[in-house]
Amino acid sequence: MLSLLVLIPLFGIMVLNLPFKNPPRRFSFWFAVLVFTAEILLAIYHYPIFGGQDLARMDSFFGGGFSIDYLSFIVLTCIGIVSLSSLLVARYTIADGKELFRFINLIIITSIGMSGIVIAKDMFSLYVFLEITAVASFVMIAFNKDIEALEGTFKYMMLSTIATIFMLISIASILLVARDTSFSAVQEALKTSHSHPVMIASIGLFLAGLFIKGGIFPFHGWLPDAYSAAPAPTSILLAGIVTKTAGLYTLMRMIALFGSNDSINGVILLFGAASILVGAFAAMGQDNLKRMLAYSSISQVGYIALGIGTGTILGMVGAAFHLFNHSVFKSLLFVNSAAIEKQAGTNSMKSMGALAWRMPITETTSIIGMLSAGGMPPLAGFWSKLIIIFALWQAGRRGYSTLALFAGILTLAYFLIMQRNIFFRKPDANAEKVTEAGFGFVFTAVVLAAITIGTGLLFPIFFNDFIIPIKEILIH
Amino acid sequence: MNGEAIGLLSIYGFFTILLLIAGLFCILMTRNFLRAIIGIEILIKAVTLYFIAVGRITNKTGLAEAMVITIIVIEVVVVVIAGGIALRVFRNNDSLDVRKLRRLKG
Amino acid sequence: MAINILLLFIMLIAALWTVMGRSLLKATIGLAVTSAALSVIIFRLNSPIAAVFELSVCTGLMTVVFVSTISLTKPLTHKDIIRLSAKRMKRFWYLPVVIVMAAIGLMLIHIPKDLALSIAEKALDVRQVLWNTRQMDLFGQIVLLIAGAIGVVILFEERKKDEW
Repeated sequence: MLSLLVLIPLFGIMVLNLPFKNPPRRFSFWFAVLVFTAEILLAIYHYPIFGGQDLARMDSFFGGGFSIDYLSFIVLTCIGIVSLSSLLVARYTIADGKELFRFINLIIITSIGMSGIVIAKDMFSLYVFLEITAVASFVMIAFNKDIEALEGTFKYMMLSTIATIFMLISIASILLVARDTSFSAVQEALKTSHSHPVMIASIGLFLAGLFIKGGIFPFHGWLPDAYSAAPAPTSILLAGIVTKTAGLYTLMRMIALFGSNDSINGVILLFGAASILVGAFAAMGQDNLKRMLAYSSISQVGYIALGIGTGTILGMVGAAFHLFNHSVFKSLLFVNSAAIEKQAGTNSMKSMGALAWRMPITETTSIIGMLSAGGMPPLAGFWSKLIIIFALWQAGRRGYSTLALFAGILTLAYFLIMQRNIFFRKPDANAEKVTEAGFGFVFTAVVLAAITIGTGLLFPIFFNDFIIPIKEILIH
Repeated sequence: MNGEAIGLLSIYGFFTILLLIAGLFCILMTRNFLRAIIGIEILIKAVTLYFIAVGRITNKTGLAEAMVITIIVIEVVVVVIAGGIALRVFRNNDSLDVRKLRRLKG
Repeated sequence: MAINILLLFIMLIAALWTVMGRSLLKATIGLAVTSAALSVIIFRLNSPIAAVFELSVCTGLMTVVFVSTISLTKPLTHKDIIRLSAKRMKRFWYLPVVIVMAAIGLMLIHIPKDLALSIAEKALDVRQVLWNTRQMDLFGQIVLLIAGAIGVVILFEERKKDEW
């Protein structure tokens, strides 16, 4: 059953691209909506509460290559939600029908890649699906073919290739020691030869590759350029799910696999904290809206890294929850920025102004997203940040805990600056003609805001049933 | 691992490291986009050599071959798309100078 | 065994030639020679199918792709670029010499014999491995090729609107 997650989209792409006389281009949009909804439903179907069997089952279509557990479920839901948002925004942003068709193909391929990452059980297969996601992202970033997008693609490509090399060397070394690359074999090898130098070196290399893919300091150089120069739907997809799946989900999986080692935890904590600070301080001085949101993403990813670095169950739980929340509210903010870009025609915050009266729904949902990012109760962001701060305190990392608390205030600071500049300043001359954005933007923004509010309000139910069971991945 | 295996590994590992240095040198010291792609190629070839050597040492040649085939497919797709990007850069900028790709700052 | 080391040397020298080469076409040919040497090494290490893949794809297909891309992006000041890159590379002329000398020195110190395989487990044939246990990778390859095809269609498109 699980293989359907990757088989249905592939089958869909083949059907879409058949050489009919009148190619089914108009249906491609609705077909993609169907595919992503099916993905969310399949993920839910496998979940015990909703009637599926016990998780951590294996699938036998591909020779036992797939499995799903509680963490995968959360990320699969995120993939479905963010892909749907990106799809809706693409429909209203890309004008040409032929271009839209190609873009929809790319979104479906990216979702195949990410679903594969999430349900893979073997290190090399994980790497293959990472590459699929990366290649599809290259093309999506360069979709508009203007020089800035190409520059963003170039930087991402170079760094992604270096990450590839790191990860491949690491996998080859693991093959040397463990004789096989599936997760179970690696765990066996770790039990027998715990501090083999080759193992430690290859784990370190693999983590370095993941840091590059996830945009964690000091490898975050490509992220602001790629996010800001990419077309609007690509930015939503990248910020909402691609970077996080490729970098952070795999990091969690590796930590669950390799066990928490004190030195590795120390490295992750250090770089996570540095990411938070670098992202927050750089975000405050930005003029371009999307660039500021990109630096804010670096900052939030640092939070998730802090949660992972604690090594405790509570930290992992907080990290997974913050991953979900960040997908939702960052996608919300990027959808709104796409709406503003389309309506006001510019990304520079200095030349926007007083959009509050002209784009009321965008403004309200932005405020909700921003408050959730800053950690304001009772929105979802508050709970996940609280868990991470508490987990850090509990694990004895008092310094990092206060840093995380302080950084929450920084987050609110730069978002307030953004709000003031865009929505509440005196209107410019060219802000006269701005109207509220189209249906697609508004609908997506409202749904995402509702998810954030709902997650925050229904937190107790959420926590016990969906988030706490993640602890099983840490028990080997 | 017995001594012969370590000897064999050290030779191939040594050449792998040399090739990696050559590839990195190519990427860092070039102004031309296409030469950077060639540098990426050399890096991937170094890793391919390492994979096959590891496969030979652990006597799992089948597994290593399967992985190398997949790596070659990935390599080809990445090179073709990189070439496409280079083409677009050339059409926009009229040159393949990577130092001209510095417009995004901050 | 000596042949393996010789082939490794050929590969290294070809790679250095690729890096140091002045014109882009010479670098492409250097890359093809490197791929050919690597392919022979792979063949001698008991992996014939991977060797064939490497030879046909990397030596053949990629050289064609590179040459066609170079011809599509022929820079106007080709001679100037060659002159400038030659000047730059001349500063590092000693680097490949040093590396090759170090390699030869190390080889002369310790040349191990070929690994006598104590076959405790029979190595599975690659065809069985690929089709039975690594089906996920095959699926990944298919998806990757489709992604590459879509990417090529998007990127290599010649739109008449470009001239506006």
